[in-house]
Amino acid sequence: MVSLIEMPPTASTPALRGAPTPEPIAAENMIEIQELDFAYGTNQVLHDITLSVPSRAVTAFIGPSGCGKTTLLRCLNRMNDLVDSAQILCGSIRIQGIDINAPGLDVVDLRRRVGMVFQKSNPFPKSIYDNIAYGLRIAGITKRALIDEAVEKSLRSAALWDEVKDRLNVSGYGLSGGQQQRLCIARALAVEPEIVLMDEPCSALDPIATAKVEELIRQLKTRYTIVIVTHNMQQAGRVSDHTAFFYLGRLIEFADTRKIFSNPAQKQTEDYITGRFG
Amino acid sequence: MTTISSHARRARAIERGLFWVFRLATYFVLACATYIFLDIGIKGSRTVFTTTPPFLNVPFLTEPPQTLYVFDYEGRKLTLSDRQFRDWQAANPQAVVEPATVAYSAGGIWPCIVGTALLVIGSMALALGIGISSAIYLSEYSRNGRLIRLVRIAILNLAGVPSIVFGLFGFGLFVIFFGWNVSLLAGWFTLGLMILPAIITASEESLRAVPQGLREGSLALGATKWQTIRKNVLPYALPGILTSSILGIARVAGETAPIMFTAAYAMRDEMPWQISRLSDFVFQGVMALPYHIYVVSSKIPQNEYTERVQYGAAFIFLGLVMLIALTSILLRERTRSRLSW
Repeated sequence: MVSLIEMPPTASTPALRGAPTPEPIAAENMIEIQELDFAYGTNQVLHDITLSVPSRAVTAFIGPSGCGKTTLLRCLNRMNDLVDSAQILCGSIRIQGIDINAPGLDVVDLRRRVGMVFQKSNPFPKSIYDNIAYGLRIAGITKRALIDEAVEKSLRSAALWDEVKDRLNVSGYGLSGGQQQRLCIARALAVEPEIVLMDEPCSALDPIATAKVEELIRQLKTRYTIVIVTHNMQQAGRVSDHTAFFYLGRLIEFADTRKIFSNPAQKQTEDYITGRFG
Repeated sequence: MTTISSHARRARAIERGLFWVFRLATYFVLACATYIFLDIGIKGSRTVFTTTPPFLNVPFLTEPPQTLYVFDYEGRKLTLSDRQFRDWQAANPQAVVEPATVAYSAGGIWPCIVGTALLVIGSMALALGIGISSAIYLSEYSRNGRLIRLVRIAILNLAGVPSIVFGLFGFGLFVIFFGWNVSLLAGWFTLGLMILPAIITASEESLRAVPQGLREGSLALGATKWQTIRKNVLPYALPGILTSSILGIARVAGETAPIMFTAAYAMRDEMPWQISRLSDFVFQGVMALPYHIYVVSSKIPQNEYTERVQYGAAFIFLGLVMLIALTSILLRERTRSRLSW
């Protein structure tokens, strides 16, 4: 059996699917990570990561705590810039062919195109409406009608509209944990990003709220490229199309989710998935 | 057995003794505070309040300080202010009297109230403007390096400089070197610099208390750093910054040493708005409450007529500081109630 890690999965997927599929766009890679080494100060946390994230699909990053999956996620919208000691030692990250670490790249524009949902839901201490409108307003949109429309559209996309449509002026803090997280997703969608990064979005949610968010993720992948970091392997199995398994800062295996969970190429992947360590 | 019980007895005696030491120390503080407030409250209210309507000594609050004239006339003892004395002389041109004069002990303290208000407003505006800007730089923009550590140490040291040294510094730099003379501007800068370390430190703490998630959430939506700070950090740090400015106001209003060489006049006849050119406004010296109290308590011969203005001024001064503090607290509570996390 050929190890999938040696064969770029995106090169193999179109061949498997045949030429005229309903989603030919999936053949494109939205994000190309090349031989990335990343460190916090002298502590190197990512080693030689090469990975291609396909468009309009859900890619899950799994692995035990401290394996670097969140760090890699935060590299994709340069959130690590906020950490003083963070530095990319070598390698590159390209999004739609553009090197996002190139000098002179507009980070603000990058982050508008690459939205992020955080592990701990972080609604702003503002009304639900203002939470969603925030991204539009900072982008300079002032027309009330446009904002109204975007608020409703993003709340509908996040499957939250029916629950909050009568209390848009209530503080986002008044919502339940699951609703807060979906509010954060709606907020990220409002600025119409191309990619949505999710950092363990369900780790603080109960099973019912988790199910709602997962259902939402499945719906969103028709329009967005989604990268999700999760501790929960069942979740990766349920929502993702592709799964990358990380261990100690290295990418161990990257393949179709079904493949990873049914027939992993690497022993470490199998051990982790079957719960023998991690 | 005996050793244990004697040990236990000693422990119990120490316990009882210390309990009383702590308790008495607290009562001592309470007694001092009560004495000060009662003394100023009772003696001051004799000046500030009256027994006849409107029960408030309006001239004391609205007139400038005047010289008090004390004399006997036709068996009556008269105590008249400057203006009253001149009116009285006009009404009794034939009278020949030898009045004793007591400086500043008649009239009121209106120019001092105005002067102190102007000093507080200007220096706080200056200190908050510079202080919050620099706190934003330190907590939001700067990377932690050796230079920034040095800056922080410098700020902490600045907080320990005695106020009289600030006064001398302001005198040397602003009054003499910049040639601003004794003026509001020199006072603003001297007081502002004095309070700056407290404002910076407190503002920085308030900024750091804002959860990092709010910054990340905002940046992740494509906000610039400044948009994030202005819309999603500063509003939530403001209650804390206001708290620090409350203490700042009380201190700026109360300090005598920094303004005695830089901004305060012992006596000035014109009010701050009685100026010929608008540009003169910031280059005029003013009377100020703490300096006035200092002058009437130690620069003029003391007698039974001087107490009135001393305690009256102290009473008004305490009241004003309390009022400012109360306003700031209310403002803070209102800002705070609008947010919660």
